[in-house]
Amino acid sequence: MSASIDTALVLDIISFQAGYNTTVVVFGAMCLGIASGVVGTFALLRGRAMVSDAIAHSTLPGLALAFILAVYTGWDAKNIFLLLAGATCSGLFALLCMHMIVYYSRLSEDVAIGASLSVFFGFGIVLLSVIQNLGAGGEGGLHHFIYGQTAAMRGHDAETLAYLAVACLILVILFLKEFKIICFDTEFARVDGWPVQAIDALMMILVVSVTVIGLQTVGILLMIALLTIPATSARFWTEKLSVMIVLSALFGALSGYFGAIASALFPRLPAGAVIVCVSGVFFVFSLCFAPRRGVLAGAARVVQLRLRVGVEHLLRELYERNEGADSAPTGPLPLASVGVWRALGGFERWVITQYLLLKKYVMRGEDGVYFTPRGLQEAEFLTRAHRLWEEYRMQFGALATTHVDYSADLAEHVLTPELVDLIERSLKGRGSIREGAGLPGSVHPLGSGAHPVEVVQDD
Amino acid sequence: MKFFSRDISKKPDLAQYPEHSSSSPLSVHAMTVAYDQKPVLWDIDYDAPDSSLVAIVGPNGAGKTTFVRACLGLIPRATGEVRFWGQSYESVRERVGYVPQRETVDWDFPVSALDVVVMGRYSKIGWFRRIGKRHLEVARSCLADVEMADFAERQINQLSGGQQQRVFLARALAQEADLYFMDEPFAGVDAATEKAIFTVLQKLRDAGKTVLCVHHDLPTVKEYFDSVILLNTHVVAAGVLEDTFNEENLFKTYGGRLTLLDEVSQAIARTTRGN
Repeated sequence: MSASIDTALVLDIISFQAGYNTTVVVFGAMCLGIASGVVGTFALLRGRAMVSDAIAHSTLPGLALAFILAVYTGWDAKNIFLLLAGATCSGLFALLCMHMIVYYSRLSEDVAIGASLSVFFGFGIVLLSVIQNLGAGGEGGLHHFIYGQTAAMRGHDAETLAYLAVACLILVILFLKEFKIICFDTEFARVDGWPVQAIDALMMILVVSVTVIGLQTVGILLMIALLTIPATSARFWTEKLSVMIVLSALFGALSGYFGAIASALFPRLPAGAVIVCVSGVFFVFSLCFAPRRGVLAGAARVVQLRLRVGVEHLLRELYERNEGADSAPTGPLPLASVGVWRALGGFERWVITQYLLLKKYVMRGEDGVYFTPRGLQEAEFLTRAHRLWEEYRMQFGALATTHVDYSADLAEHVLTPELVDLIERSLKGRGSIREGAGLPGSVHPLGSGAHPVEVVQDD
Repeated sequence: MKFFSRDISKKPDLAQYPEHSSSSPLSVHAMTVAYDQKPVLWDIDYDAPDSSLVAIVGPNGAGKTTFVRACLGLIPRATGEVRFWGQSYESVRERVGYVPQRETVDWDFPVSALDVVVMGRYSKIGWFRRIGKRHLEVARSCLADVEMADFAERQINQLSGGQQQRVFLARALAQEADLYFMDEPFAGVDAATEKAIFTVLQKLRDAGKTVLCVHHDLPTVKEYFDSVILLNTHVVAAGVLEDTFNEENLFKTYGGRLTLLDEVSQAIARTTRGN
């Protein structure tokens, strides 16, 4: 692994030309990614992600029992169809058990899932050791099903995975409407006459099929990852179900592609685990960088809001403190001693100051900082919005003078020019403010006590 | 026997109970519902009037939601019969609409308001078929009826509670039913939405439909509804407002929480659970 990697080999693998076996593995892994991405979307939206995990774990005793049966009857114990039939049976049986536990007892679903998952898997492990003691050719590679063995994939396995992917796509396209209504509102679907249980069953059969066929590739333990992670990642990027399905299939396919390539380059890496790790990378990327639902986008919105509120409060205070009796403010601004600073840290003060300069709301002059015409206009608008809102709240909301400032502080950041005009018109309609009076006076002028100013000696 | 089109010979049904009319949109006879052996609705007998707005009123735990769900077959009935225009629910499903409580679904589901309303058309569209233009138009006009036309493409997680409630109502309108069950359509909505919903309900009634609403707000019952079911495990009183919605009946419904019925059902629950 430490040997340098041949570039030509990388190119060959990436472009499906590194020999038949590698191509088969990469292609098969992609098909599995597509199938599990599509089916996983519905498992996730129906709240069945953990149920799928329990099903995957519950396939182990089925595999082992099928093997034992084959040994005793003299069939080919390595016949994959026999083994997968066993896996399907015990997976479905576990599903039935969970359903019964929830239906007939007072236990909740997560308890039923936990109990089934561990009991079935534990029983499977017991059977594996029984098989080892049978002496019929060891356990016949059954343990590969636990962690998966992508590299052992043969042409017909990949073919099966391709058929599976196509079948899943066709079924989902056919049943999109039915799956959607069941996932969103089961009760409504029942009242509307849809056979909810049958559609649900179809959905779970798809989950079981993908799980069983994916066992050889990613294994029992990690199958849940392929069913949930691509779908979860896809959800970050879209609010549309159809787009989510396509994205989920894409993430699944890319995970399969890169995972299989990585394991072809480093033959000692287990491909199944690498596939899951790649899907994990997609997940973390989506979690962080998705435009609307991502963590960073959320943080950016908060920072942006804080900045905007800080800037607007500052502009208004500068305007009010420099306001002449009948004229707009002139002269240098007391930027160092504003009351707004008290609520903010040093870094935020610096950022806000830089923002004001950058937006050209203020500019540096000889003896201090001055409003630009643009800054003055903005500050006047904000002051106007604030005071009109206060007036409006007092007139129409019957609030006391001392109570209006806080609500105005909140509202002024969201008031649009149209809303401000509307407020002004309705106030003029009641004669609360004079026609053509320009900016209304403050209901609590600076220094009156309602809005205490404290001079902060900074720097 | 001419009232019933099917199944009348197989099992006892309302044909045997002349006190129920086959023209009534909803007839409930001797319905008892139990959760975990404990009866929550006892011997419900009820006939819904034609073209009217009916409030289902009662204290918490009175079984209002259970009544709706049992009528619609969402939970099993221990005993009793429910008929719609004298027929079984299965044969008239198309004519029955439903507005569940808003909290019953995940509003972060990746669909738009229009997508949700179109769901009301699914049963008319049928299996496997794509959603045609005609159905989208119906859904849009239903959104317009609840004054939500501008929000058609909006993701449902960006709607306020009142707007979500209106989307649910629009979906029920899209079902084009003749009888509606609504579980607290007025819960947690602002005054504007309340008025908008009420306007829609009035229109439904004027079009000859019957709407049964689980309703929590006693003061608005007189303003919004024509008829009432006072429910507290059993039907205390049911009928038009003038005769039914009076102080005496309200006291019977809300006063004296632990009635004899309550105590007996508690006792049954104790014995069957074996402790």
